Amino acid sequence: MSTINRRNLLLLDDEFERNSKINTYLKNFIQVSVIFILGITMLIPFYWMIVTSLSAPGSLDLQLIPDPVMWENYPKAWMAVNFGRGYINSMLVTMCVTFGQVFTSSMAAYAFARLDFPGRDKVFLAYLATMMIPKDVTMIPNFILLKYIPEGLNILFSPENLFWTQDLFLFGKYYMGKPIGYDSYFALIMPGLFSAYGTFMLRQFFMTIPTDLEDAAKIDGCSYFGIYWRVILPLSKPALATLTTFTFMGSWKEFMWPLVITSSLDMKTLPILLQYFQGLYFTEWNLLMAGSVIMVIPALIMFLFAQRFFVEGIQLGAVKG
Amino acid sequence: MAQTIRTKETIAGYGFLLPNLIGFLAFTSIPVLASLVLGFMRWDLTSPPVYIGLENFVNLLGFTKENGHWIPNDGRFWYYVYNTMFFMLGIPISMAASLFLAVVLNNKMKGISVVRTVYFMPTLASGIAIYVLWRWIFNEEFGLLNILLGHFGIDGPGWLTNRALAKPSLIFMGIWMNMGGYNMILYLAGIQGIPQELYEASAIDGASSWQKFQHITWPMLGPTTFFIFIMSVIAGFQGGFDAAFVMTGGGPAGATTTVSYYIYQNAYEWFHMGYAASIAWVLFLSVFIVTLMNWKYGGKVVHYQ
Repeated sequence: MSTINRRNLLLLDDEFERNSKINTYLKNFIQVSVIFILGITMLIPFYWMIVTSLSAPGSLDLQLIPDPVMWENYPKAWMAVNFGRGYINSMLVTMCVTFGQVFTSSMAAYAFARLDFPGRDKVFLAYLATMMIPKDVTMIPNFILLKYIPEGLNILFSPENLFWTQDLFLFGKYYMGKPIGYDSYFALIMPGLFSAYGTFMLRQFFMTIPTDLEDAAKIDGCSYFGIYWRVILPLSKPALATLTTFTFMGSWKEFMWPLVITSSLDMKTLPILLQYFQGLYFTEWNLLMAGSVIMVIPALIMFLFAQRFFVEGIQLGAVKG
Repeated sequence: MAQTIRTKETIAGYGFLLPNLIGFLAFTSIPVLASLVLGFMRWDLTSPPVYIGLENFVNLLGFTKENGHWIPNDGRFWYYVYNTMFFMLGIPISMAASLFLAVVLNNKMKGISVVRTVYFMPTLASGIAIYVLWRWIFNEEFGLLNILLGHFGIDGPGWLTNRALAKPSLIFMGIWMNMGGYNMILYLAGIQGIPQELYEASAIDGASSWQKFQHITWPMLGPTTFFIFIMSVIAGFQGGFDAAFVMTGGGPAGATTTVSYYIYQNAYEWFHMGYAASIAWVLFLSVFIVTLMNWKYGGKVVHYQ
């Protein structure tokens, strides 16, 4: 104790204070420089992605600003592969998956967190246990299941090849895949609608909500669904927003599942189209970079809107550690 | 009366659970078991499946004696296991980089959130676009890296086409991608959760910045480090497909093929469904055992407050 006090007195020493000020200033300067230099190394690849996407084909030299600026690379890349359709597919799948997953997860999380019923803890344990399973394990049977659904329906129902094996067209013109099974929106969306992780995360959050409000709602004669809809959900906006952002990003980037479950070009999502595009224009870097920029921009915009939820969400997700 | 409330609650409970539970059963829990059953079959999707007992697992994991040497039945698989492990060498480096960044970015200066966003950008954009970008950076003739090296008179190699360099190159890209991402944010949260009194007390004791880091920050971040490590190892076991598929096609000569990629090839390129399922289950069990061991032994090293 006495040593601390003696050292404490040192702090009052003028000279010491001046020295430590210079020290802090130096430290801050070094810190800011490191932040800056590393930040630039982060940005350089992105910068050259944009520069190259605007350069003439085969330009070998590095230019800080492309000369001439080839804006036509973008329409060229856009037309080469049907990126427009890819956007629509990705958007549709991502929206459905995000909405569905948040909805089913929050309902299940409410049941796990607030309702008491036989078997609850066992089912919850089963959910927890599956969180470690690699997706390769479940993907193989899911692939087989979806591939054989139409044939299964043929066996079950006597008039064969009813609507489930027909091709769907919108306005008689736009191919919409099959209604069910392989190469369908159904197959792209369905397995993404449920998530043990989302359920777990929301349940952890719901557990922290005080029960007083619910008790009051119960006394007022509110149904279980009423409590879920009017009390729990409004109080969980940050957690719901977090799960929404995570699911959106995950689904937007998803690669392997849409790769194996679709066959026609019209049904491909954006990442698969970009990969396909890469196969076509293997060495035309300017077009490839234009395609990459086309793909990156929505994710960036999404992030700018949801930045706060992201940071909160990652921290929320870490609670389980 | 109490009985009816209880029944009501049970019905409500399962009602709320139902939509998720159906999906959970249909797309997660039943498929896991189906995968295990498939592991004991031979099935190419065209002819009916045949039960073959342990043959898949023997072919995958077994060794045969030839001329006095034990030769693995599936040499490729072990090479891909080695590749997967090699890629996981990037985990500690990437974690150290994230920790370093978090310490540096734990700063209240103006515009710090913009800076954090910059570091987060690769995570945001990650996916195929980033891989296409880095395939170009690593390109032998036209790539950014070799053009830069060329200015110093260095004739850079084909980073992704050289067998010895392909894996380290991908690890390097992974570190660039991940260091400012989720792990950095976790570390940042951890640092901000450390009580300020500890630093004040050590300042009074005249501790240097390094001493503060060594004796306060690092031990206090133990649980965070442990969590990130476990999650990274789990992800590492099943990782590597997307990047390799886009950038190298698993090559050169299988040098960047991981176990996950091998499962993909077996299942969706060669339609060896049973064999693919058996690899997937071996992968699952390995992840499970390693995670259990991490919990058991790693948990002792970490001190919770």
